[in-house]
Amino acid sequence: MDRRDFLKSTAATALATGIAAPAVWSPAKAQSRQETLLVVSESGPNNIDIHGVGTNVPGYEVSWNCYDRLISHEMKTGPNGVPYYDRDKFKPELAEDMNVGDMSATFKLRKGAKFQDGTPVTAKDVKWSFDRAVTVGGFPTFQMKAGSLEKPEQFVVVDDQTIRVDFLRKDKLTIPDLAVIVPCVMNSELVKKHATAADPWGLEYTKLNTAGSGAYKVTRWTPGTEVVLDRNEEWACGPLPKVKRVIWRMVPSSGNRRALLERGDADISYDLPNRDFAEMKSNAKLNIVSIPYSNGIQYIGMNVNKPPFNNPVVRQAIAYALPYQKIMDAVMFGLAKPMFGAPAGTATKVEWPQAHQYNTDIAKAKQLLSSAGYPNGFETTLSFDLGFAVVNEPLCILVQESLAQIGVRVTLNKIPGANWRTELNKKEMPLFTNVFSGWLDYPEYFFFWCYDGQNSVFNTMGYQSKEMDGYIAGARTAAAAGDTPDYDKNVKSFVDLAFKDIPRVPLFQPYVNIAMQKNIEGYQYWFHRRLDYRTFVKG
Amino acid sequence: MLRTIGRRVATAIPSLIGVIIVTFLLTRVLPGDTASFFAGPAATPQAIAEVRKQLGLDRSLPEQFASYVVNLAKGDLGNSLTTGRPVVTEIAARLPASAELTLLGLLLSLIIAVPLGIVAAVRQGSWIDHTCRIVATAGVSLPVFFTGLIFVYVFYFLLGWSPAPLGRLDVFNSPPPTYTGFYLIDALIVRDFETFRAALSQIALPTITLAVFSLAPIARITRASMLAILAAEFIRTARASGLKSSTIIMTYAFRNAMLPVITTLGMVFSFLLGANVLVEKVFAWPGIGSYAVEALIASDFAPVQGFVLTMAILYVLINLCIDLLYSAIDPRVKVEG
Repeated sequence: MDRRDFLKSTAATALATGIAAPAVWSPAKAQSRQETLLVVSESGPNNIDIHGVGTNVPGYEVSWNCYDRLISHEMKTGPNGVPYYDRDKFKPELAEDMNVGDMSATFKLRKGAKFQDGTPVTAKDVKWSFDRAVTVGGFPTFQMKAGSLEKPEQFVVVDDQTIRVDFLRKDKLTIPDLAVIVPCVMNSELVKKHATAADPWGLEYTKLNTAGSGAYKVTRWTPGTEVVLDRNEEWACGPLPKVKRVIWRMVPSSGNRRALLERGDADISYDLPNRDFAEMKSNAKLNIVSIPYSNGIQYIGMNVNKPPFNNPVVRQAIAYALPYQKIMDAVMFGLAKPMFGAPAGTATKVEWPQAHQYNTDIAKAKQLLSSAGYPNGFETTLSFDLGFAVVNEPLCILVQESLAQIGVRVTLNKIPGANWRTELNKKEMPLFTNVFSGWLDYPEYFFFWCYDGQNSVFNTMGYQSKEMDGYIAGARTAAAAGDTPDYDKNVKSFVDLAFKDIPRVPLFQPYVNIAMQKNIEGYQYWFHRRLDYRTFVKG
Repeated sequence: MLRTIGRRVATAIPSLIGVIIVTFLLTRVLPGDTASFFAGPAATPQAIAEVRKQLGLDRSLPEQFASYVVNLAKGDLGNSLTTGRPVVTEIAARLPASAELTLLGLLLSLIIAVPLGIVAAVRQGSWIDHTCRIVATAGVSLPVFFTGLIFVYVFYFLLGWSPAPLGRLDVFNSPPPTYTGFYLIDALIVRDFETFRAALSQIALPTITLAVFSLAPIARITRASMLAILAAEFIRTARASGLKSSTIIMTYAFRNAMLPVITTLGMVFSFLLGANVLVEKVFAWPGIGSYAVEALIASDFAPVQGFVLTMAILYVLINLCIDLLYSAIDPRVKVEG
């Protein structure tokens, strides 16, 4: 071949590859495309076992879909007609029957339920899995504790098909806590085979392999690139899912995730900037679902143990000086539920989150600030988590501008994501913004973490009040005893106190935003806010 | 020759030891608490302490360093917390992806930049010279993530010529069996032309993006060094002796002008290998750069250490290759340890 021919042929090849328009889906693959769901998101799991050390949130999604729990929640119709988990109604999943007594609950296992390797699910497996959750330490143990599930002795094998959970104390959260992601049932024999002396619970094995009875199993997983899940054809705990295979690809650039959706190549994505969701909503090419986080709020917090924020009047002044509506419009693009500006005189409701009565009122804020002894304002720093800079940065700039109007000079302090929790734990930042949301959707659960004097990580303000603690404890006791009037009274009291003392100013309830192709149906909102593949249908 | 290589590698050992110590210390000084990051969103101080103990972060620095070095000697770089896998496996899986992309990008930019630089030098002040200048300036001044996103927007989103930017292969192709880790080569080895075509169409846009970026230094250096050589006395003599112009330029001038070009090439290569993070991010390319950056964000020590170590070793190897190339091109250059 001489040089001229070579050039010609290379040019021809280049032209051919360039113009061949290689679509993602070639026609031969159309069939499998029909049964496959392509999910794209920014990041993927680091561990597919929720009991593992440091399993991240994407890992929860895998666990949810690959394992069964004894019980799960029924669905109800939520905001905008989207199916929404019903906090108060439970349905059997791996259990066939649930019998809640005074100080224990007994579960009969579903007949014919098998693990993905074919071994039948027995009460022994359930006990082993629960023992593991309360013993391994870290997040799973902590989550079990939230429902007073603390000791292996609480889980009793009655016979092969029956397991009893004994209560340590009366706690309204015990049964709901059995329906969260953590108490999943594992194939104990399979995992034990891979356990070692250093790793008695076989965490190394389940980190990379699924060992459940759930509707899906992980068949390929390249960390940081993709997760492929295939349907478990033998799944016994519900109707066989319609989607045969889920391919979950990590696409770090949000612009590309949007392009993939709009070109029709990807089926679902959920973590795009608010601006993109707002635009996609208005051009209506895709199906966009927006639902407020259950029991979640973004707020401005103040350190109540240091001047000037130790003075409640200063805190009220700040609450009157925040640019609420501007944040809703310019930062959230309307994709959040306002938690401010309830009309004066609105009665406090027995629910959480609910809006407070503060509004942007610079004159009033100035007046309050002078009466607190700061007529010329003061200097402070406003800290935020760079990990969520898309929302936090513009939000904090708006707050900075607004506070300048009452003489409070704010310096912004950007904290890298990896460092954020450490800083929160120190409880030294004077002013900051953060989000908290609880899996269990009860007001007293939220307040227990965020306002109680036991001073958990999430009481970021270091707020301590005997009165508040009394109401929270009162609500928990009343809930366990089923005393509704007393419960209502306590909830209203702690909400009122939180708004009067205002150690943190709620701004809005963020939305979970999901973008889907028009032919995708069956999205359900869950407390964990991740996708449940089992109900998706591709038209 | 072998002796030279041996001596060169031996001199690299102290610097590698230095790299190991410095990266170990640096990752420990980084802000951010690994334990509280991995303890999850709802952790109590007690839960964080438990995680810290599980990760071995409660031990003293010398203890941690000792166990790190012992493991390193066994070829164990530790486990990544973000991906949950051994760092060695991860790097072995990701390095070929980065290397394939970088080599192809470099090759493409060489094919364009070297002839462009030569012609620009020979016809100084002509339109080709100006084109060379414009291309070089544009290439350097356009950030890679920007060119990458524009390419994706135009060629994928608007025109639909390019496949979805979903990494090395589209979702329904499975990777070819691993021989070299380079999909293009592996697919050819097993004569799987379908996969080859798929891999080629996936790699095309990121390659062009990288090439646009690395064009500039190569073209400019080629031009500058050609200009210097063309003005030299031996070229004048050659011209006066009536040698053919093509012989003068290619045989005499270019061969002599190649040394600085090769040096630049080595630098550009090692720079691209680590620094094409942005291209990897834009094209969801499962490369080594994005791996290291993600690890850094999560204060995940082991992959960062592994990455720096790998890059240091690569750098040593590339420099060795360049020195050997020098002596091949110009016998006057002596490679010494």
